[in-house]
Amino acid sequence: MATSRQGHGCGGKPVEIEAMLEKLNAPRLGGADLYEWDELVQEDRVHRLIYTDPAIFSLEMTNIFGAVWVYLGHESQIPANNDYITVRLGLRPLILLRDSQGKIRALFNRCTHRGTTLCRKDRGSARIFTCPYHGWSYLNTGKLRAVPWPDGYGCDFNDPKYNVAQVPRVDSYRGFIFATLNPDAPSLLDYLGAITKPIDEWLDRQPKGQIRVCEANRLKYKGNWKLAYDNSGDGYHVVFSHRSLLEMENRQADVANKGMSYYKNSPDTAPMYIAYMGNGHHFKDKRPNIQKRAGGLWAVEGPAPGSEHYAEALRGRLGAEAEEILDLASSEPVNINVFPNFSLLGNHIQVFEPISVDETDVTWYGTAVVDEDGALGGAVDEINALRMRTQEQFPNFGEVDDLANFEEIQRGLACQEDEWIYMHRGLGIPGRVKTDANGIITAPATDEVFMREYIKEWKRLMKATPKLVVQREP
Amino acid sequence: MQTAHDPTISSYYVTEELYRELVENFTDWQREELAIAAPQERDRFRLLIEREARLLDELRFDEWLAMYAPECICWVPGTPGGGDPRREIAISFDDRRRMEDRIYRLRTGYAWSQAPKSRTVRMISNVEVFAAKDSAARMVRSNFLISEFRVDGTRFLSGWCGHRFVQRAERWLIEVRQVNLIDCDRNLRNPSIII
Repeated sequence: MATSRQGHGCGGKPVEIEAMLEKLNAPRLGGADLYEWDELVQEDRVHRLIYTDPAIFSLEMTNIFGAVWVYLGHESQIPANNDYITVRLGLRPLILLRDSQGKIRALFNRCTHRGTTLCRKDRGSARIFTCPYHGWSYLNTGKLRAVPWPDGYGCDFNDPKYNVAQVPRVDSYRGFIFATLNPDAPSLLDYLGAITKPIDEWLDRQPKGQIRVCEANRLKYKGNWKLAYDNSGDGYHVVFSHRSLLEMENRQADVANKGMSYYKNSPDTAPMYIAYMGNGHHFKDKRPNIQKRAGGLWAVEGPAPGSEHYAEALRGRLGAEAEEILDLASSEPVNINVFPNFSLLGNHIQVFEPISVDETDVTWYGTAVVDEDGALGGAVDEINALRMRTQEQFPNFGEVDDLANFEEIQRGLACQEDEWIYMHRGLGIPGRVKTDANGIITAPATDEVFMREYIKEWKRLMKATPKLVVQREP
Repeated sequence: MQTAHDPTISSYYVTEELYRELVENFTDWQREELAIAAPQERDRFRLLIEREARLLDELRFDEWLAMYAPECICWVPGTPGGGDPRREIAISFDDRRRMEDRIYRLRTGYAWSQAPKSRTVRMISNVEVFAAKDSAARMVRSNFLISEFRVDGTRFLSGWCGHRFVQRAERWLIEVRQVNLIDCDRNLRNPSIII
C-alpha cells in the first residue's frame, strides 16, 4: 500500500499545543428548555424522571459527563511514554495515553475520516494508531500522519481538521487523571477543592503516597448511574443492604467487631460523619469509629485468604513494625466521592460509568502499594498479596447486594404515578446539620444531606448550557 | 500442604509458596505430551466434574465442599489466562474459609443479590486429562456453559475450568478449581452465584 507522509509532525520536534478550540456544531437543546428543574428537584425529594428519562440521560452526557471534570484513569495504568488505555468520557470512547513526549492526552477514539474507532484494545503501547478501515494513520499526539493514496484527494491534509479530536483539558491530581470538554470549568484543583484533603490523607497512608492500579472487580447493574452515586455516601443502608456481609464476616469472631460492625448500634450518634464538600463531592469518614493506633485497622479487618499466615509471618520477622504494614492490607474506612464518577473507598478506586439511562458499569479498581526504597522491610510482595484478597471481599459479598437493590429501585420506578423519591433524612432537625466557615456541611453518617446537596449541584449543571469544545493539534 | 490449623477457621495455608506453586501449576499445563488418553481416566474426572456441576445447580453446598481437599482454592481470574493473583485482583480467589463464608452468606437469607435465588443448569463438555508433576495429581480441563435464570430473564456464563485433582487415600479430591470466564475482564452483572 502506498502511503504519503505529511509535511509535518513526523520530525522529532515536540509539537506545541495551541488551544484550537472548535465549537460543537450539532444543535442541542439547552438544559433550561427541557424541564422545570425546580419541580423535579425539590428540597426533600426528587422526581423519578431524573432516573428514568432518556432525554435527561442524554443531557447528562453533555452537562455532567462533559462539562465537569470526569475521572478517566490512573497514571500507573500508562506508566511509560506511548502507553495507552481505552476509556470512556460519558459515552465517548477515548484513548487515554502518554504521547511520545510524555504528555498525557485523551484522544477521541474516532478516525476523522469515517468515524471508526482507531483502537480496539483495552491497553497497550503505540506511537501510531492506524485506522483498520481505510488505513489513515495518526501519531499519538493526534496528528494525522498519513492517508493511503493521497493523490485521490483534492484537499490539504495539513488542515488541522483532519487531526484526531481530543479533550482540551486533561489534568492529574496526584496520579488521578481527570478531563473535561468545558473551557469554562474551573481548574481541576479548584474543582476538587476541599475534597483534596481526604484524597491526600488516603494517599499519604501509602508508602511515599504512591499506589499502582492492579486489575479490578468489574460489575454492572441495570439501573441509573446516580443510584450508585447516591449510595456512595449513604450510611443509612449499611446494616440492611449489607446484613449478609456483616453476619458473614463476624460468624467466627469472638467479639462481633469486624468490618462495618460499628454501624449496628445507633449509627446516628457514632463519631463517624458525612461531609458535603462542594461541587457535588462528599466524604463519609468512618475513621473516628476505629481505634487510632498501629494495627487498629487490621484488628477489625474481616477474614481473608492468608490472613493468619501473613500476620504471623510479618510479626515474627518485623515485630511491632508489622502492625502498620498490616494496616496497609486493611480497608481504609472512608468513602471519598468526587462528582460525578469517582470514589476512593477502602483501598479501591471505584468508577461509575453510565451506559444508558438504566445501565451502569461500576468498576472497583484494586490498588497495590509501591515500595521503591524498601521502607516496608521487604514485605511489599506479601502485603500486596494479602491486600488483593482483602479487596476482593466487598465487591463479592457487599456490592452485589447494593447493585441488586439499585436494580430493584429502577424496577420500582416504573410506577409512573408514584412520582417521588425522598432524600430528607436529617432535614429540619435542629442542630443536626452543621456548616463550617468554609461551607463544608457535616451531619451524622446516616444523614441524606449529601444527597440533597449534590443533587442541587446536579440541578444547577442541568439548567446550564455549557459550551463544550474539542481540540485538535495545529 | 499439611494441615496444622483447621482451614475452615483460620487461613495459614495461603502462603507465598502456595501462590508460587499455583501459578506454576496453572501455567502451560495443557501440553500434548502430558495428555492422558485412557478413557477410564477421562470418565473418572468427567463424572466428578459433572457431579460438582449438579451439586452447585441444586445448591447442595455441603456435598460440594466435601469434594474438595481441606486446603483448597477456588479461583475465578479477572485476567484472561489467569494472571498472577499475588499482584492482581481476581473476580474471586477463595480459600476453604472464604468458600464457606460465601455459602454462609448465601444462606443468611439476606443476600439480596440471591433473593430470589438464581436457577442454574450447567453443561460440562470437552473434558481432557493431563498429567501433573506429582503422580498423585491430575490437571483436568473442561468447558462449561451455565444458564442462569433470575427475576427478569436468563443469561449465560461460559468458559472453561482447570481442575487440579489430588488423590487422598482412595478418593480424588479437588485441590484447585480455576474458572476462566470468556468475558472475565468485562463488567459482569450480578456474579453472586458460585460460578
